[in-house]
Parts: sequence; structure tokens; C-alpha cells
Amino acid sequence: MLQGWVIVLASFLYLGILFAIAWYADRRADTGRSLIANPVVYALSLGVYCTTWTFYGSVGRAAASGIGFLPIYLGPTLLFALAGFILYKMLRVAKVNRITSIADFVASRYGKSQLLGGLVTVIAVVGVIPYIALQLKAVSNSFEIITSYPQIVMPASAGAVPLFQDSALYVAMILAAFTILFGTRHLDATERHEGMVAAIAVESLVKLGAFIAVGAFVVWGMHDGVADVFDRAKAVPEVARRLATADSPAAYGTWGTLIFLSLFASLLLPRQFQIAVVENVDESHLRRAVWMFPLYLFLINLFVLPVALAGLLHFPTGTVDADTFVLTLPMALHKETLALFVFIGGLSAATGMVIVETIALSTMVCNDLVMPLLLRMPWLGLAAKADLSGLLLEIRRWAIAIILGLGYLYFRVAGEAYALVSIGLISFAAVAQFAPVVIGGLFWKGGTRDGALAGLAAGFVLWAYTLLLPSFAKSGWLPDGFIAHGLFGIELLRPQHLFGLTGLDEITHCLVWSLLANLGAYIGVSLQRVPNVREARQATLFVGGAEAAGHPGWSASAGVADLLPLASRFLGRERAEDAFMRHARQRGLHSIQELPADTRLVNFAETLLAGAIGSASARAMVASVVTEEPLGIDEVMNILDEASQVRAYTRELEQKSLELTRATAELRDANARLRELDRMKDDFISTVTHELRTPLTSIRAFSEMLQEDPKTDLAQRTRFLGIIVSETVRLSRLINQILDLAKLESGRAEWTVAAVDVGEVIREAADSLTVLFAEKRVSLELEGMETGLTVVADRDRLMQVMVNLLSNALKFVPADSGRVRVGAGGTENEVRVSVTDNGPGIHGADHEVIFDKFRQGSGTTDVLTDKPQGTGLGLPISRQIIEYFNGRLWVESTPGAGACFMFTLPRQAGDNA
Amino acid sequence: MIRTRLIAQRLAFLFLLGCFFFNYPVLSVFNRGGDFFGLPPLYAWLMGSWLALIALMAWVVERRND
Repeated sequence: MLQGWVIVLASFLYLGILFAIAWYADRRADTGRSLIANPVVYALSLGVYCTTWTFYGSVGRAAASGIGFLPIYLGPTLLFALAGFILYKMLRVAKVNRITSIADFVASRYGKSQLLGGLVTVIAVVGVIPYIALQLKAVSNSFEIITSYPQIVMPASAGAVPLFQDSALYVAMILAAFTILFGTRHLDATERHEGMVAAIAVESLVKLGAFIAVGAFVVWGMHDGVADVFDRAKAVPEVARRLATADSPAAYGTWGTLIFLSLFASLLLPRQFQIAVVENVDESHLRRAVWMFPLYLFLINLFVLPVALAGLLHFPTGTVDADTFVLTLPMALHKETLALFVFIGGLSAATGMVIVETIALSTMVCNDLVMPLLLRMPWLGLAAKADLSGLLLEIRRWAIAIILGLGYLYFRVAGEAYALVSIGLISFAAVAQFAPVVIGGLFWKGGTRDGALAGLAAGFVLWAYTLLLPSFAKSGWLPDGFIAHGLFGIELLRPQHLFGLTGLDEITHCLVWSLLANLGAYIGVSLQRVPNVREARQATLFVGGAEAAGHPGWSASAGVADLLPLASRFLGRERAEDAFMRHARQRGLHSIQELPADTRLVNFAETLLAGAIGSASARAMVASVVTEEPLGIDEVMNILDEASQVRAYTRELEQKSLELTRATAELRDANARLRELDRMKDDFISTVTHELRTPLTSIRAFSEMLQEDPKTDLAQRTRFLGIIVSETVRLSRLINQILDLAKLESGRAEWTVAAVDVGEVIREAADSLTVLFAEKRVSLELEGMETGLTVVADRDRLMQVMVNLLSNALKFVPADSGRVRVGAGGTENEVRVSVTDNGPGIHGADHEVIFDKFRQGSGTTDVLTDKPQGTGLGLPISRQIIEYFNGRLWVESTPGAGACFMFTLPRQAGDNA
Repeated sequence: MIRTRLIAQRLAFLFLLGCFFFNYPVLSVFNRGGDFFGLPPLYAWLMGSWLALIALMAWVVERRND
């Protein structure tokens, strides 16, 4: 069943299924029900790290050097242990700055330098091409091998096959077509490809399943468990040699180098950056990936050594390439289905890598290399074009085709000289050149664009000289004289023993020199000058990025003209202006306009906004003003929408709460008033009772005396009866007044309202009291009685007030020498009446008290009888009446100098009249 | 945030532990003949400590009650 057409059909069927998955995931993403918003999918898609290098090459590496294949997977494990410091920070920074590729990341970090972005792109493309060649080699080899079944024949050397009979060419073309279909169907502003990620996650499962199937077959099908494999291996000396790893310190050095190298590669390879950072849907997915991705690596490596040993034991030495053991072992044992599964697994590993890598590279080539160049050519008129998306897609398609073409070229030129893993390591060493500028850029603020350019250039040149060129030379494409004797015959310049450094393997040798030059140039050149404003600003965003979302510490500036309208949009104009004014005053300035455009102002504005719309949005909004970061109009609208909704709710709530507070206060007041009234009622009743009891007691006492002693003499009897009568009069007056007051207070009193001549009322009242005044020999004078002092009031009530005031005055003036004067006058609006006496006067403290019910001024008790003179209700009643007509009644007095009661009444009738 | 930082530091501790496990000189201790449950000691050590490290990482990030 392993004829060529079956293999081709199965391959296309598999690719078709992948495409369907991607299409479905894209559609789900469009409807907002993302398939990949899941930490397990994220962890699986990170499995794109495992390519045919892992699938076929690890076994080859293990066959050559025992566990030497392992450090490539220990490195990423250690990287994920640093997730909290490096990956998490990168994710945050990338999200905040809308980073779309590693070139974008580096360019953005060092002041958005296009030159830097271009250089990173060139390094990435050149560096990764050997890696793509590796995939082409693995797939075409596995195709050649499986189609020659049942024989096991190693494919002919690539250079020996005519171009159009070379299966690798067709593999490259098919992969290019497939990737173009996959990655450039439409343009996504965020450079995210949900469908691709879903397909990659599935591919990760397929290749893991295939490899474990082979492993299980080898261990339990061919042998009697793992221990059996190792036992048999030990029996064969040249195989047993592979079981121990290092026999010299250099081997440990290589081991450590590879761990370190793979740690960086698993972060900095364009496809790893794409999947781990750009395609990340949710930062929290990282948490699960921290252990799930290393676990994936562990599982896919579990059977590598047993398979390698089994291959070495099964095939005579040198007949079968160890890189193909995974496929050739099932074939040798005629497990056709398993062999097909393995082939598909290998295809998975290759397609996954090629798709993601070339899509990531094509994005970089398009955005950081070609477009900047095209936009610099004014005669193309691109800058004025409204829609460039068609052009962008076209550029990307060509970039994908060209990158795969270059990969194929490298495969033809240099592919045969190396094992799979060695080819891959060349690429690892290339992307490791990004480590200083990326990691340094995340933690060191001092790096500059010049430093980054110098470091990358130096590292790249040394990498090319010590690793890439020798790989050409070894395959005879370049004269190999310069390897043996150095450039221009200078021994010190031998590329693999540069400056006489020997004793290291070529990868470690390359890394030592390239990273030394890279780091040295990066730091050395960066320290030539302080970062400029742009660099410093980006440095703050990147270095402070992860933890300081709320406090970015802007090193940039923006003026009031930008920040005030921004704040006003969220806070409302008045609040924003108030806040800015307060800020200005704090800084000793007099107006908002005087505020300088500086960091402090930006930080203030952000903090202000953060209160209204949350720190992340505030940061984004301030960033839109400060860094000229083009924020998508949709995002701005969303933020605005949410913020204004929140503001509306808040305002409503505030209003409600204000109303409630007001209502509560009113209720509290009302309650207090009710309590007060209740207390007053109690007081009133007890006072009234007391007041009523006093005359009653005296009436009763005298009546009893008369009853008990009938022989009381006439004079005595007449005196007693006189007292009883006067007390009864007092009592009925009291009761009348209480009733009167109750009526007034409850508003049930009857009023007869008409125009009243005040002078006439005064005269009448005075007349009615003439007898009493005469009895006490007190003079009553009416002064300045103008005529025509008319008010609208109740005549009888007004009379009551006058009589009351006059009798009060009469009560307190001394007999014989007493004088009471009544005055009346008027202004345009009111009439004023005063009653002045020369009595003892009233203490200031009592000026209001005397208008309370039953309260009389001190010193008003009769010295002889200790009885209050009067009921204590006259003044309260008078005041009620005057106030009913919107007038005022008050007293002016100093003790010892008499008292003057005055009232005013408006000439125009008030509401009540 | 404080908790996240704590997890990050615990993981970083595991990073150091891993660096120690997977490198010279620890490796040289196991780089010898003989066997360990039928496996070469170096292979057993690397796979075992690797799995243990992964388990520890999972424990650090997944545990909820602290």
C-alpha cells in the first residue's frame, strides 16, 4: 500500500484536512467563538518548536552522540521556568505596543527604527533559510524512502539529481502554495491567524502521536520493554558507546551551550515569537503552557534514545542514515500503516514549521523591509493610496515563494554535507544574535538604536563567517581553502578557529565569537551617548511595561492642548478643567495654559484618566496622544462607548445617592421636629395643668374655708368671695386664651379680613383701658398718630394685640409714676406701632423667651404674692396674630430702662389676608 | 500582582534548579556505567529530573490555595 500515488494522495488528503480545520477556525473566530481561546491549544501550538529536526533528526543525533539530542529540549523547559520574567513581560509589551513580529519588536524598542527592523528581517531570513532547507530535505528524503518500499534505499545525493526530478523541489512548491493559501487569504491588522494556530495545534498532536506510536512499536513490538533495548545495546560495544555522553570538559561545554542556545531559539525564532507572543489570545494561557509545553517536549523525546539504539542494532552500520530510523524501522518490519502514519507525522512536523515560519518571515519582509523601501520611492505614489491591502498581500505571497525558493537553493547547495540537527543549529545560532537586543531591551533602558544596529551587525557578520560560509565551503560550493588556511591565507582568520581559538565545536565556537562581538558592540556603542527622547520613551514602555501598567512613567511629553481635550472626553469639560487647574495651582501656576508640556503633566493626566476608565485604557488613551501611536478608530470608539456608559451610570448613581441623602436629611429633620413637638406638647400640657391648678387650688381653698367656718365675719367673707371671683375670672381667661391659642396654632381660627385703620384701633384699645390706667394712676400717651395708617387685617384680632400689649405695659410699670407711650408711624410698605413703658425692663436673654407659651420674663412674679402676673399666653398669641398677617412683633429693652414692644404690619395684604 | 510576582519568583527558582540539574558537574556524577532499573544512569537522571522539574512547575503555577 505504499505506492507513490497512495503517499501523494494521503499527503494531500492530510493537507486538505488541515486546511478545513483552519478554515473552520477562521470562521469561528469571525463569529466571535474562537476555537483557540484555550490554554491547551496555546500549549499545543507552541509544539511548532518540534520540526522534522525533532521528528527525524533527534534519533539521528542520538545515534551519533547518545543523549546529545536532549539539550535542545531542556533549554525551552528552562525558558518557560523564566516565563514570569521574560515571556510574560514580552507578552505585555507586545500587546501594549501592538507588536506583530520580532523585527517589529526590536525596531519598536529602539525608537521605531526602520533600519533596525530591516536588519532584523535580513538576519532572520538568512538565518532561518538553512532551517527551512532542513524541512525540505527531511520531507523529500522520507518521500523517496517510503516510495521505494519494500526496499530500503537511501536517497541519492541532492546535487546529483536533475532539478526537475528532485522531489524536494516539488515539496517546496507544494509547501509554498499551501502556505500562501493558509496565511495570505486576507489581511489581518493584528497579524493574527486563528485558523493557522488551530491547524498547528492539530499538527502537534499528529506528530506526537506518530512518534509515540513508533516508539511504542520499537520498545514493545520489537523488544521486550525499554530495559531490554538498553540491555541489548550494552552487548554491542560500538552501540554502548552512545550511552554515555561526555568524556571531556568540552563536551559538557557543548552541552551547556546547546541548552543556552535552544533557550533563546525557542523564544527568538520568528515562528516561536509568532506563536508564543503574536498569536497569544490571552495572557493567562501562559500559565498552563508553563508546564504543558515542556511536558509535550518530554513526551516527544521519551522514545528517541530507544529508537536510535534499536536502529543501530537492527541495521548494519552505515547502510541506513540514522536520521531516517523513525521511518525505516517500521518499513523494515513491514508495518506499512505505521510507516504511513510516520510519514504523515513527519509531514506534520515540516508543514507546521514551514507555514508558521514563512508567514512570520513574510510579514517581516513585507512590513519591515519592502514597504518602508517602497514608501520611500515617491514616484510610486504609494503614500497617497488609500487601500494598500492588495499590494501587501501580493508582497507577502512573493516573499513566501522566495523564502521557500531560497530554502530549496540552500538544500541543493549545502544540504548534503550535514545531518539534520547540524543544519538546524546554524539557524539557532543566527537567531541567538537577537538575544542581546531583545533581552537587553526588556531589562536595560540604556540601549540605543546605534548600539542595537552595531551589535546585530557584528553578531550577524561573525555568524555568517564562522558558520554559514563554512557550510557552503564544506559542500564544495566555495573553495574550502579559506577554512583550512583562513581568509587571504591568514591563519588567525580561519573561520572555525578564529583568532586561534581551538578545542570547541563549531556551534560553540561561533556563539562565543558572535555573541561576544554582538554584546560588546551593543553595550559599547549604546554607551557612546544617552538615549534620545524616542529611545528613552520606548525604553520606558518596554522595560517598565509588565509591572507598571498603571504607572508607565512617561518619559515623553505632551501639552495641555492635547491632554485637556482628551481628559475632557472622559471626565467632562468642567471636571477636567477643575483637575487641571488644581494641578496647576499645586505647581504654583495661575492658569491651565501656563502648565509646561512635560512628563509630570502626562503622568498627571494619565492618573486622572485612570480613575475614570481604568489604568490600561488610560494608558492606551494617553499613549495615543503622547507617542503618536495610531490607535485603531474602533478601539477608541469602544473605549469611548464604555467610558461614557460608565459615566452615565455613575452620574445616575450619584444623583440617586444625592437624592437619598437629601431625603434622609429631611426625614431626620422631620423626625427631630416631631420629637420636639412631642416634647413641647408634653411641656405644654404639664404647664397648662399647672397653670389651671393654681387658680383652682386657691378657689377651692377659700371655698372650703367658707364652708367649714360659717361664722366667718362678713368682711372676711367678702374678701374671700372677692378672691374666689377674681380667680374664677383668671381661670376662664386662661381657658379662653388656651382655646384661642390652640385655634390659632391649628389654623382653625376664623379671620375677618378687611382694611383697618391702625390709629383708630389704638385709640379704641386705649379707651377701653382708660379706667384701669386711671386706677393705677399711670399716664397713657398716644404720640404721632398719623391718619391713614391702614393695613389689611382682622380688626378684632388687632385690637386683641393692642389691648394685650397695653395691659402688659400697665402690669409692669410702677403705680403713680408709671408712663406708657404708644407711637405709630408708617413707611411706604409697612406700618409700625410701638408701646413703650418705664417699667423694670427685660433682660436681653429673655427677649425671645417671653414670646414662648407660659414663659414670663424673670422678675415678673409679684414680689408679694409670688404669683405670676398674667397667664403667659398673651404675648405668644399676639405674635401668632401679627405673624399671621406677615408682620413682626419683638421687644427692645435694657433692664432698668423700661421696655418697648414693637410690631410692624405690611400695608399690602400677604398670602393669608 | 504580588501573588503573580511570587509565582514568577518560584518559577525562577526552578529555573536555577534546572540549570543545576542539567549541567556539569551534576551530570558528571551520573556519567558512568552500570544501570539504574535497567537504564543508563545519565539517561535515567536526565529524564527523571526533567519530569520532576515539569511537575514542580505545574505545581507552582496551578496550585490555588495559598
